[in-house]
Amino acid sequence: MPFRTILLNGKEVTAEYQAIGSGASESSEILLYWLREQFGQHGPRFGCGLAQCGACTVLVDDVPTRSCVVQLHTVEDLAEVRTLDGLSHDEKDPHPLQREFVELQAGQCGFCINGMIMGSLGWIEGRIAGGDRSVPSEDEVKAFLSGAAPGNTRNYICRCGTHTRIVAAIRSAAEEMAR
Amino acid sequence: MNTQTTRRQFLLGSGAIAIGFTLAGPAKAASAASHDRDGLVRVTAAGAPADTTQSWLVLTDKEITVYSGKVELGTGVQTALTQMVVEELRLGVADVGWVQGDTLLSVSQGVTAGSKTVQNGGIQLQQAAATAYQELLHRAAAYFKVAPEQLAAENGRFYLNGRPSGRSVTYKKLLKSGVTVRPVDQTVPLVAAEDYVVVGTSVPRVDLPAKANATFRFLHDVKVPGMLHGRVVRPSGRNATQPVIGGLDRAKAIAGFVDVVQRDRFIGVVATSEWAASAAASSRTGITVSWTSGAKLIPQADLPTAVRDPANHYTSVVEIDDDVAPILAGADKVLSSQYFSPFHMHAGMGASSAVADVRRTPDPETGVQATIWSGTQDVNALAGAIAPLLGLPRSAVRVIYVEATGCYGHNGADDCAADAAVLSQAVGKPVRVQWTRQDEHGWEPLGGAQAHDMQGAVGPDGIIAWSHLNYAATANSRPVAGVPGTLLAGALMGLLPAPLPSTSVDTSGRNAPVTYGFPQRVEARLLKSFETTGPASAVAASPLTYRIPRTTALRSLGGFSNSFANESFFDELAHAGGHDPLELRIASLTDPRAVAVCEALRPMWRGRPAGGDGTGAGVAFQQYEVVNAYAAAYVEVRVDPATGKVTVTRVVVAHDCGLIINPDGLRNQIEGNVVQGIGRALKEQVSYTDDRITSVTWQTNASNPGYEVMRFSDVPAIETILINHTDKPPLGAGEPAIGTIGGAIGNAIFAATGKRIRTLPFTPDRVKAALAE
Ligand code: FES
Ligand code: FES
Repeated sequence: MPFRTILLNGKEVTAEYQAIGSGASESSEILLYWLREQFGQHGPRFGCGLAQCGACTVLVDDVPTRSCVVQLHTVEDLAEVRTLDGLSHDEKDPHPLQREFVELQAGQCGFCINGMIMGSLGWIEGRIAGGDRSVPSEDEVKAFLSGAAPGNTRNYICRCGTHTRIVAAIRSAAEEMAR
Repeated sequence: MNTQTTRRQFLLGSGAIAIGFTLAGPAKAASAASHDRDGLVRVTAAGAPADTTQSWLVLTDKEITVYSGKVELGTGVQTALTQMVVEELRLGVADVGWVQGDTLLSVSQGVTAGSKTVQNGGIQLQQAAATAYQELLHRAAAYFKVAPEQLAAENGRFYLNGRPSGRSVTYKKLLKSGVTVRPVDQTVPLVAAEDYVVVGTSVPRVDLPAKANATFRFLHDVKVPGMLHGRVVRPSGRNATQPVIGGLDRAKAIAGFVDVVQRDRFIGVVATSEWAASAAASSRTGITVSWTSGAKLIPQADLPTAVRDPANHYTSVVEIDDDVAPILAGADKVLSSQYFSPFHMHAGMGASSAVADVRRTPDPETGVQATIWSGTQDVNALAGAIAPLLGLPRSAVRVIYVEATGCYGHNGADDCAADAAVLSQAVGKPVRVQWTRQDEHGWEPLGGAQAHDMQGAVGPDGIIAWSHLNYAATANSRPVAGVPGTLLAGALMGLLPAPLPSTSVDTSGRNAPVTYGFPQRVEARLLKSFETTGPASAVAASPLTYRIPRTTALRSLGGFSNSFANESFFDELAHAGGHDPLELRIASLTDPRAVAVCEALRPMWRGRPAGGDGTGAGVAFQQYEVVNAYAAAYVEVRVDPATGKVTVTRVVVAHDCGLIINPDGLRNQIEGNVVQGIGRALKEQVSYTDDRITSVTWQTNASNPGYEVMRFSDVPAIETILINHTDKPPLGAGEPAIGTIGGAIGNAIFAATGKRIRTLPFTPDRVKAALAE
């Protein structure tokens, strides 16, 4: 079985992955399952397997990525993968996004929280890295999460209807992240 | 009217949550219950045998554990119920453990549904906590050798003759020794509302920190030793038969492949990893299944006619029979209108999953042979339906609830649990089944399509007669103990579902009656979901042949469609009679609490857009289930004349659910109701042919229509006005607001455009067509 080595939340890890076929017809294990089964990650979750909801979002080389459709043979060796599990486990010292989601009670069932936090984390960090330290407006956050923003066509679903709180939480976290 | 939102520390260690699903947790708790150890107060069900393993509440000097039969479905009830318990125990701020929905450990509280969790379940837990408090008080009185009246409790401590200077004793100390097992006592007094310190405050959700940092364990994170992974392969169409499995060699060549399991029309694959299972189940890389198509369903396009066709009804139910015929016959202004709403999905964010561990022999100690972890709303009904599916006695099946995706009613959770049980029994190992999104969208039990024939008369003083004829697919798919055919796996294995319900009262007929003061006639004609044994028979004919997709309870059941029809038609009559729609509602209501929620909308209504120019406002009112919480909504819309696209720009909901346990949690629920309500009014509909559901993904693509739900860009500003009654019982809040949204939007579209649209959803095409009329 082939191997893949990645930097998972900053740590180098290696595991086998399953694959069938070769060349153009190769299909291989899905990153989402691999992260969950091989490395016990619980943040990314299966929502649709179709890249249509965001539940499985991780950052691959800082880019929000739908891990449910990424096959391992397409992942670069030593790719940097960040998950919600690696953000902060300390309830007393959470990441600003985690803190604001709790502070503003931006969850009902919470099944979407992984996608909301990891997606907006990659997005806001990307803005900051590009020199834009402004706090995104409400409309900008909504456009990003609706898959209608420059650089993001992927929609993020929250089926419980926690939208207004999620937008508010992301904006107040962005304020702190850009400081 | 407004409530303050103080935040308190109200922590629940994630270890305590884990009791709900780790293997060690329940076993430990079970033995704590069965060999009651020294130093414990345990409250059991009224009339329970002394050796019952089921509890309401267990207090030890180490921890206080609530055993809730009602389960956290993602709506925040764990927090609200805990607030109610903590209040009765006079604990102030406290860590409380929580074990929910375990058929072995928690007292059955029936199904968690219908906004009854706080309303009924909360009251039961409150009484249990008050019973435990009486025992503590009794122990404290013995400790000080005084009468109980001389003691007062606060923050987990009893004080003698007033505090803080006097002597005191902690609960912890009182719990160090002595075993008391007490059945819940309905006669013990409860804390008076004016003395509440925790109830009524916005205690933050106990589960959110762990959900935000990936330490929370959802159902789909459950892992048991030796667990395999399963996928199901469903028939090509609802009534398709005679599966022929091919490609077995390909599947067998996949590393980790374990087995293909077939039981009549039920097919599943099992493998050692999730990916191997999905590859083996995929027709591209694993097995292929060809089917013979069966009898045709009533196609979606024919529904509005077909649901009204007597040939498709098995019974009718007259719910209210005021003599309105003579009034309608003699009135000057009589209106008749027909409304329709399509099938809707629960469409939880996570596709259903479940884990089952079905052993060859029962556990010698507990007698349990099958353990099932599920996000079901009713652990007892599920255990009762799965037992005969597996050929086991009920006592051999244990179902443990673990929180899954938000469900909004009876979704695929139970069916997925049955899939896992069948696969686990077949391979003799624990199996986790994860449905794909297509499994969920294609096969979850749906909210039923409904049609409404409305008739009413209006005069200068208001509406004088009202008639509502409701044609409804019924809610008939919940698991029923002893009837394994109620589970999808059972039906696919050739077993028959339960008979169709004999009544629609408070199910598909929920909120069909109005609570206005005028005379009304309300009748329901109930649709055959499948072929039955005769024209008026509710009993499924064998073999099972569906006429329409399987239907069940979806948030507020018939209430969404019934209220859409009622509140739209009310508007029609108001306009026809020259009445102000909001003022006519206020004048037609007799209950002061109903009047109050409508009056709360007056400031918005009086300042509303003039209408007629593509923007407009509408209102709607409903009292949930006719006797429960009150909700009124004010909605503003903008209609794009070129595209027909409707945008909801503002929503204000006025809400009275009696005593408010947690104001911010309540707001969160109302907001969720509003967002889902807008989605169901503007976007959502199940698409299907005469063979199968075609809307099997979220987004529309080249091969199928999507089940489109609200996007962030669709969500307006939402305001809530909470009316609190500390002297009234708490009423459920998970569903009341959603029923007002469809009608309020339709009424706002009418105000904006002059067009009355009577079919949901208000898609751009439908609105554009109406504008062109
Ligand atoms: S699970 Fe990957 S986007 Fe839905
Ligand atoms: S909180 Fe349930 S899906 Fe967003």
